[in-house]
Amino acid sequence: MAAPLSVEVEFGGGAELLFDGIKKHQVTLPGQEEPWDIRNLLVWIKKNLLKERPELFIQGDSVRPGILVLINDADWELLGELDYQLQDQDSVLFISTLHGG
Amino acid sequence: MCQVGEDYGEPAPREPPRREQKCVKCKEAQPVVVIRAGDAFCRGCFKAFYIHKFRAMLGKNRLIFPGEKVLLAWSGGPSSSSMVWQVLEGLSQDSAKRLRFVPGVIFIDGILASVGRTPGVFTLALRSAPGRIPFPRGKWQISHSSSRKHRLAERGLEGFPLGEVAPHPAWLFSACGRSPEERAKTLAEVKPILQAIGFPWHVVALEEVFSLPPSVLRCSSQEPAAPEGAYKAAVDSFLQQQRVLPQPRVQPPRDPQSLVRPPAAAQTEALSHLFCSVRTLTAKEELLQTLRVHLILHVARAHGYSKVMTGDSCTRLAIKLMTNLALGRGLGAWRPGFSDERHGDVVVVRPMREHTLKEVAFYNRLFSVPCVFTPAVDTKAPEKASIHRLMEAFILRLQTQFPSTVSTVCRTSEKLVKAPRDGPAAGDCGPRCLLCMCALDIDTADSATAFGVQTSHLSQIHSPTPLTETGTPQGPCCSPGGAWAQGCCQRSSRREDPQACIVEQLCYGCRVNMKDLPSLEPLPQYILAEAQLRTQRAWVLAELRDCLIEDSDDEVGQS
Repeated sequence: MAAPLSVEVEFGGGAELLFDGIKKHQVTLPGQEEPWDIRNLLVWIKKNLLKERPELFIQGDSVRPGILVLINDADWELLGELDYQLQDQDSVLFISTLHGG
Repeated sequence: MCQVGEDYGEPAPREPPRREQKCVKCKEAQPVVVIRAGDAFCRGCFKAFYIHKFRAMLGKNRLIFPGEKVLLAWSGGPSSSSMVWQVLEGLSQDSAKRLRFVPGVIFIDGILASVGRTPGVFTLALRSAPGRIPFPRGKWQISHSSSRKHRLAERGLEGFPLGEVAPHPAWLFSACGRSPEERAKTLAEVKPILQAIGFPWHVVALEEVFSLPPSVLRCSSQEPAAPEGAYKAAVDSFLQQQRVLPQPRVQPPRDPQSLVRPPAAAQTEALSHLFCSVRTLTAKEELLQTLRVHLILHVARAHGYSKVMTGDSCTRLAIKLMTNLALGRGLGAWRPGFSDERHGDVVVVRPMREHTLKEVAFYNRLFSVPCVFTPAVDTKAPEKASIHRLMEAFILRLQTQFPSTVSTVCRTSEKLVKAPRDGPAAGDCGPRCLLCMCALDIDTADSATAFGVQTSHLSQIHSPTPLTETGTPQGPCCSPGGAWAQGCCQRSSRREDPQACIVEQLCYGCRVNMKDLPSLEPLPQYILAEAQLRTQRAWVLAELRDCLIEDSDDEVGQS
């Protein structure tokens, strides 16, 4: 049983276009049976924050190739990627590298 | 020895790097980023690694001489912003390691954005005959971001329901101009950054392509390559001067309002009309790229810059290379190396060519490099909207499973060399494509190639009409071999046709792009003028060649 969590979700590099142009979102994840990990967070984001074109952000279980994920300013590959368990006051940043030159 | 039937088993799965491990370089600090396939770096080591790659790229390729003027092409995007920031930091270091060239920055305003024209429907154009490629079926969510909803609401087109879009043979992803408010907003973000950087800057509207002179398409003669010791000698002499003379201060930026003039409405309209008339997104992107290159070249030449730096990263170059192969450009059009010398006097260099997009994004985030996000022609375009998007998705998807994909493509591309051709087409004096300035691979004897077929097809389109305009008789006036053999007799009628004038000056890749323009009239005047000039010149040359008794190279060169 996971307690409600307050996390900051940020989007950059053009990914914010899919979220109404808003870069920072302070979200409160509701309490639920399973602990909150990045996998669940992505599902939650798709349902609640993503305004359009889900295929440009999420592919299958994970983010689309080309989108980087930083958790507390560290590469998510160091933290277990989708299996990382979110803590309260964590900051998750999604940067799209696909845009620009 | 490898044997059939021998069981090697799965390779041992590599342990993913963990936060608890230390940085692979300094072995002390906690890592923050994973580079390449599993190397975890801490913040400090990553910064040193990143900067070192940039400096090593410049130092290894000794192309930029001390005191040389270099134009930095900044699009506002992460890679070019990172490049500009590296140059800024490099110029402010202590004297032994300081970068020694004189930079300026160019920003092109007015890059187009995608706007759905038809209410509620996004359609896609694919580069093929209609009906041959299967289109994705099923429901397509039709929605718009709030900013665009606002604009569309003004036109009374609000509220788009979820609908089923049936496959249609021709899908058009329309891309037209951005609104003046959006452009002003971008400029408002761009100017403070340019002022903070402090280099001389040039903000150029894309509409200025309509004022370019035809000379921008001419490959000016290149300086002969400097001998081996020249670079070292130049550096030594520069350092000596620095010791003797006091350090000059960096020029303060010019007064801003003198540089940014809003473009004429007629030009904006013409640009919008040009891009709206292009049928496919692929051709739009290619055309946009071509026009930007021409604009940058013109500004570089006008202000005395002999080098242009672009922020192409390793990932982008790998994608670009594969895209160019898919577009039929081969290796003639674009070499993926450090320098691009197609344009003669202005050399394009790519100091970021060994940085991956991931490294760039991390660096920008960790060290707060300012970027300006501008929506582009293919923003939010679906994966199959253009060949560029398709190739990008392919490469990036492959990269997630095989992390050395991008670096392998880049390294292999460096080893690819075009086979030398015999005859006058080789080298600088051979004919060049009007738009991309690659050497035209003309071999009319080789009609088995797509290019050969196109060339012969062109001359058949303009079927021989009685040549009353010039009175030139048909028959033995055509000299065998050479580039103009097939078209000689039809050339005089073709000279009058601007469409044919342009198309025959293009390489295969550019010709395929031009097919997606129903009419070449909206193209900027400098392209039409230069095409006309080249066709006329070639015709005159061919005519004179026939009149000469002795067909020697000297005499032809003098005429």
